[in-house]
Amino acid sequence: MHELGIAQAVIDLAQSQLNGRPPSALRAIGLRLGEVSGVEKDSLSFCFECLVKDTEIERVQLKIELCPLRYRCLDCGREIAGGEWQAKCPSCGATSLAGEGGDELELAYLELEAT
Amino acid sequence: MSGITTEPVGRKVLHENEKLAAGLRRQFAERGVLCLNLISAPGSGKTALLEKTLAALPAGSQVAVLTGDIQTDNDARRLARYGFPVRQITTAGTCHLDAAMVRRELDAFDAGSIDLLLIENVGNLVCPTSYDLGEAAKIVVLSVTEGDDKPLKYPGIFRKSELMILSKIDLLPYVPFDPAAAFANARRVNPQIEVLELSSLTGAGFNEWMRWLERRRSRQ
Ligand SMILES: Nc1nc2c(ncn2[C@@H]2O[C@H](COP(=O)(O)OP(=O)(O)OP(=O)(O)O)[C@@H](O)[C@H]2O)c(=O)[nH]1
Ligand SMILES: [Mg+2]
Ligand SMILES: [Zn+2]
Repeated sequence: MHELGIAQAVIDLAQSQLNGRPPSALRAIGLRLGEVSGVEKDSLSFCFECLVKDTEIERVQLKIELCPLRYRCLDCGREIAGGEWQAKCPSCGATSLAGEGGDELELAYLELEAT
Repeated sequence: MSGITTEPVGRKVLHENEKLAAGLRRQFAERGVLCLNLISAPGSGKTALLEKTLAALPAGSQVAVLTGDIQTDNDARRLARYGFPVRQITTAGTCHLDAAMVRRELDAFDAGSIDLLLIENVGNLVCPTSYDLGEAAKIVVLSVTEGDDKPLKYPGIFRKSELMILSKIDLLPYVPFDPAAAFANARRVNPQIEVLELSSLTGAGFNEWMRWLERRRSRQ
């Protein structure tokens, strides 16, 4: 269950970006999470809720954007959506594909109440 | 009425660990050390693979091993029999190694005198995925008793590994496991993943593994 440690890291990183503004100004934390990052979305949300409960950022929402795994053909450069997997490039038939994305674990943005 | 502003950040959540790992990676590169991070579920045969690997290396090889476990130094004691420096990291509950733990141990090694560092991560197919240790490559070990669908159920580590080792192939006659399906599932998550199969019990497949290691060392 490493989602607890990751949720704490999300909170710490968000707090470090406030630059003197009060934590109460923080409304939402936007996270980009890869669907094959090894971090489970629901588990992360649950841990986040547990950690912020009864703190000054209790009302902060965690907004998670799930980022899909995609592929790219190394021969013709075509980008292939994750759902389309077929071991071969649908354009040129090449089998040399590379995975793209899907492993994100990134604090994308903060939503702050303007003061 | 006060509005809500959106402020872009764009930073890795585990940036502290990534910073330390980048430092380690630089240090390994400068000193010509190939660092490999072995990851698998508990009991897939990481220590057995390392034991047989150490036994096969010529005496005087510049190899060191770090092994992580939640409790006990059993693995370090198994690995120390081969005459190479071995250190145990006991995480006391933490389900993965992180870059800070590796750096601490590295200071205890004479890191200047090794050219291969083998890290056995804590037995866990999920958590170690997120923590970069500065390794040149992650290697995921999957044993044939775990089921050929595991690359799809635990895609994270297969996505990030350079090599997948299918272990315990001596047990294939006794379990329903299709190696071709396992490899196809791994490629679905990571089309560029390399694959090897071996048994640490019989030694089958070890020549290919030792050759892979040699190739990877000369590429370093
Ligand atoms: N039949 C067979 N058994 C094996 C093989 N490799 C390992 N084992 C057995 O599998 C069990 C676990 O092996 P370990 O090497 O301790 O596995 P591990 O991945 O290091 O385990 P943890 O460090 O606890 O995660 C032991 O009982 C080994 O003897 C193999 O190739 N064939
Ligand atoms: Mg072990
Ligand atoms: Zn193509």
